[in-house]
Amino acid sequence: MEETETGESIRRLDYEAKITGRAQYLADMKVPGMCHGKILRSPHPHARIRSLDTSKALSIRGVLAVLTRDDIVKDQGIDPYYGPVFKDQTIVAVEKVRHVGDPVAAVAALEPEAAEEALSRIEIDYEEMPAVLDVSEAMAKGAPLLHESVRMPPHGFADLAELKPVEGTNICTHFKLVKGDVEKGFAESDYIFEDTFTLPTTQHCSLEPHGCIASVERDGRIVVWSTTQNPFVVRTQLANIFKVPVSKVRIVVPYLGGGYGGKVYPKLEPLTVALARKARRPVRIVLSREEVFYTITKHAAVIRMKTGVKKDGTLVARQCEVLLDTGAYAEIGPRVAKKSGYTAAGPYKIPNVKIDSMSIYTNRPPAGAFRGFGVSQSAWAHESQMDVIAAALNMDPLEIRLKNGYEEGSEFVTGETLTGIGLKECVEKVASAVGWREKGERKSNGPLRRGKGIACMIKATITPSISCAVVKLNEDASATIYTGTVEMGQGSDTVLAQIVAREMGISAENIQVLGVDTDVAPYDLTTSSSRSTFHMGKAVQLAAQDLLNQLKQIVVQDYGVPPDQVKFSNGRVQFLETVLDYQEILFKRFGMQGGTLVGQGQVKTKVTHERGVKTTSSFWFLGAGAAEVEVDCETGKLRLVKYVTAVDVGKAINPLGCRQQLEGAAITGMGQALFEEIVFDNGQIVNPNFVDYVLPSLGDMPPSIEPILVEVPHLEGPFGAKGIGETALIPVAPAIANAIFDAVGVRIRDLPIKAEKIFLALEEAKKKL
Amino acid sequence: MKKQIHVRVNGLETELEVEPRMTLLEVVREQLGLTGAKLGCDIQVCGACTLLLNGKPVSACSVLAVDADGGDVLTIEGLAGQGSLHPLQEAFMEFGALQCGYCTSGFILTAKAMLEENPRPGEAEIRSYLAGNFCRCGCYQEIVQAIKRVAGR
Repeated sequence: MEETETGESIRRLDYEAKITGRAQYLADMKVPGMCHGKILRSPHPHARIRSLDTSKALSIRGVLAVLTRDDIVKDQGIDPYYGPVFKDQTIVAVEKVRHVGDPVAAVAALEPEAAEEALSRIEIDYEEMPAVLDVSEAMAKGAPLLHESVRMPPHGFADLAELKPVEGTNICTHFKLVKGDVEKGFAESDYIFEDTFTLPTTQHCSLEPHGCIASVERDGRIVVWSTTQNPFVVRTQLANIFKVPVSKVRIVVPYLGGGYGGKVYPKLEPLTVALARKARRPVRIVLSREEVFYTITKHAAVIRMKTGVKKDGTLVARQCEVLLDTGAYAEIGPRVAKKSGYTAAGPYKIPNVKIDSMSIYTNRPPAGAFRGFGVSQSAWAHESQMDVIAAALNMDPLEIRLKNGYEEGSEFVTGETLTGIGLKECVEKVASAVGWREKGERKSNGPLRRGKGIACMIKATITPSISCAVVKLNEDASATIYTGTVEMGQGSDTVLAQIVAREMGISAENIQVLGVDTDVAPYDLTTSSSRSTFHMGKAVQLAAQDLLNQLKQIVVQDYGVPPDQVKFSNGRVQFLETVLDYQEILFKRFGMQGGTLVGQGQVKTKVTHERGVKTTSSFWFLGAGAAEVEVDCETGKLRLVKYVTAVDVGKAINPLGCRQQLEGAAITGMGQALFEEIVFDNGQIVNPNFVDYVLPSLGDMPPSIEPILVEVPHLEGPFGAKGIGETALIPVAPAIANAIFDAVGVRIRDLPIKAEKIFLALEEAKKKL
Repeated sequence: MKKQIHVRVNGLETELEVEPRMTLLEVVREQLGLTGAKLGCDIQVCGACTLLLNGKPVSACSVLAVDADGGDVLTIEGLAGQGSLHPLQEAFMEFGALQCGYCTSGFILTAKAMLEENPRPGEAEIRSYLAGNFCRCGCYQEIVQAIKRVAGR
């Protein structure tokens, strides 16, 4: 197995269970007495519910309960309103439905077929209302409003406290950021560029659909098994909805079959718990593929960029307007818009910046977190426009990036100083790997033209945040790790074990990482924002150090050795002439075979106020991508010849795991760039299945995707490591679009880049000749 | 009305009573408790539910259990021998050919069927044969490497 200074590509701890089919995912689980739940969903994008009649549904054999608004608004034990940022969602629709697919009622039955049958017997009288189906309709004067007023949660997220809906409009949130004076900057510029770029709504398409099993015990305790990436957030939300202390809610998370942001924040849990409560038995709901498409999406976006530059390519001013279609409910859209806004001007030193980033309500299914979290939207715009500028100035796209790009110590848009910034290393590595300098020598082959493109990015992680961990040293000198980090395929169990193993000098094979159970694991904010290696990795490292300190104390007390004489090496303790293993020290302390030590670690990210500026991000994601493409000028058909991705990983704890994350993110980025798109017709999804919504398969892969790990150690990360899960996705689309421009001279501004778009752009270009 | 069927599942002769509407995937997962095959798309596209029926890969979400009557079914649970994993399982772990693992049983069983048809496939054939299995985590390169390793033996 290959090694870097601190990393080793050890075999992942979850592999054996997954490779043999023994790994349990939610849909594989059954609990005693469990029945089956199904959801009735709105067929209209916007409609008032005049009346509901469930009597016929209740008469179906095997039906145990039907849940409607009557159950949630009249019940003193339920607050029907919830949501991670604003309380604008309800367990089932109360007054009106706001998107096609909005849950209206739910049925619990002994068999799924009976539940399905009962759904068709529920009679609902809708009064259809005018709908706003995209951002421009939603922003139009006099547009119908989705939410007349929005309830605020009692304790919101620290980083979103200042964001509120704009009253009397469909603007869910408006994040503003200003540095310098853009108008003055534009006046000082030699050239000004104005471009608009768009991205469609897409979906995460985890192969595992969302699922939930809920049980309400006689004493009111709520137990939930769920496909969630952030069990502690779901726990808080359920506690608020069902008016119980958080300690009365237990969330258990099995292995997830992919998350990619699609499984953060409450999804099915509030409805499943309400249904279980009414049915008085455990209920399981697993969504169909079509329902997944209506449950959560990635924000469509319209992005306007105005940039002023000097003749030599120096960026002087940049104004960005980011409009994100957040759908019918805020969900986590306000944070997506904020994150998208922070870095909308790109990873560049620009003295004058003005950013307006908005999440906007529309009558579409809710949009939320998606790998890249708003930055894959804004990067599509800033990286495409960088090449528009380079072409106009006759500059090399690589040079304009190196000239303006952030470096260690650069000042961010907010005024804070950037540290741990391996941007230029990434840009140079991908350029070299794609053969950038030999670019001029390309040959054309009949109608086929080749070109190369490059793009780069910066992104923030959720800040501030909290991760707590417990590591237990067992009597056989093995260790058990208790955390709230969800293993969803990203390899977190293995990385956490590797960190503890290295710290304690024991083998990762002697470490067990427990699955997430909020009754057992200490608090963790979320498994998202690529934060786990950095935050939870540090927390388990501190917990391991705590254990070593306790072992040291035992040696000091029980052997009468001065603390400075005690040394640890390879899982053993040395003092004076003695070498003992951990097992012997435990035996000495407890006097028999038994007893455990428990170490704990806590990480709360610092929010330093440097010159009055809050820390935007506890560390920064930096990366670059380079694509080589071949375009058929006669048909517009595109072939990706090669893709290279470089990411500043800080330090690779598990290099193979890092490469998997980089390649996987790049492949998802490819799908988003080239063909993924949810198509709507009057608010209804035309393609909510894997035939009509196309995912990248082996048949679409370029001959090579090359991941490059750049290691610029971060002072606060465990062994210098940072998070990496999202970075590689972000540059893909603009790198490909820039390569297309290099090949055939047409600029694609709207994703996805299908052959017909290239063909039509080529036709348009011919007319201008 | 339930129907009696007889199938050989992972080498074990099995009598089952099934509703005629039930799919092979439902029967294997719900009645036999073999949950290694997953429901992904429900329309025979993603490959997560792949089982081998008489040695051929099928999308078990779209095969009726009654149509498997008299057949021989292999699931991922039946692939490993006593105390030893199948070479494909070993290779998938060695090359890191999985992340979340939801697609894995489908990929491995499809690869097994391919190697039985052609023990020495080239890279192009591997890519084409497995183009009907999705891996959203994006381990395609590692999957191809793992299969090449086994094919080379």
